[in-house]
Amino acid sequence: MNKLKDIITELNLNVLSVGDNLDIEVTSGCCCDLLSWVMANGKKNDIWITVQTHVNIVAVASLLELSGIIISSGLTVDEKTIEKAKDEGVTLLSSSMSAFQLAGILYNIGIKSEG
Amino acid sequence: MHPDLSTSLCNNSEVEPLIKHAFHISANDFVSAGEASQKIKNILKQIGVNSELVRRIAIASYEAEMNLVIHSNGGELLFLVTPSEIQLITEDTGPGIPDIELAMKEGYSTASQQARELGFGAGMGLPNIQRNADTVDIRSEVGQGTILKITFKI
Repeated sequence: MNKLKDIITELNLNVLSVGDNLDIEVTSGCCCDLLSWVMANGKKNDIWITVQTHVNIVAVASLLELSGIIISSGLTVDEKTIEKAKDEGVTLLSSSMSAFQLAGILYNIGIKSEG
Repeated sequence: MHPDLSTSLCNNSEVEPLIKHAFHISANDFVSAGEASQKIKNILKQIGVNSELVRRIAIASYEAEMNLVIHSNGGELLFLVTPSEIQLITEDTGPGIPDIELAMKEGYSTASQQARELGFGAGMGLPNIQRNADTVDIRSEVGQGTILKITFKI
């Protein structure tokens, strides 16, 4: 069982914005930089890893009810994006690790997007 | 919008809607994009629509809203709730879709480079709307505009 707050600790993620969902259990995720693809395939409570940092990622996460967004590869996140995430109550995280590394660790701790 | 197109799609509801909201969506406004859909989602939650249906409507609404931002010269997103169904209607002032069948095809897109760099324009919008809606009706005239009507049964 991986709660969102456990994932933040386990992966040592930077917390840019916190929603009210830190106790939610995360069992699936997606790793994708094409917002259109995420809109079509993202599942509720997915943790989403991306290198997109612009403000539109917040609307996608919020409307799809994703558990959170992880910006990978040490990218600087637009200030507007962080503000919007706070306004919308979307959990926005970042890491210096690449999307590949983040996805690998998540998979190893049991987030396998099965079922 | 061509008057015939407008009448054929928008004056269809014999029942007076319980809730009716219109949102203006500006062309190329990627900053405000998604705000109308978020408001629609909040209203649906407040009136107690079940969460799975709310999610389907939110996805379709966002795709329709983004279509106005990316492809149109600007337009309106209309949100209607009647006792039996929920409707999303977008109406724009052009440029119109020359080949609707092609536009509905997954992977086909005429999006700008700017939209593509932001991660849009993968040609998945209309197919995704169709997947989430009960019915989709699209009418378009080049040089006039497009009306898209999306219906969800309650």
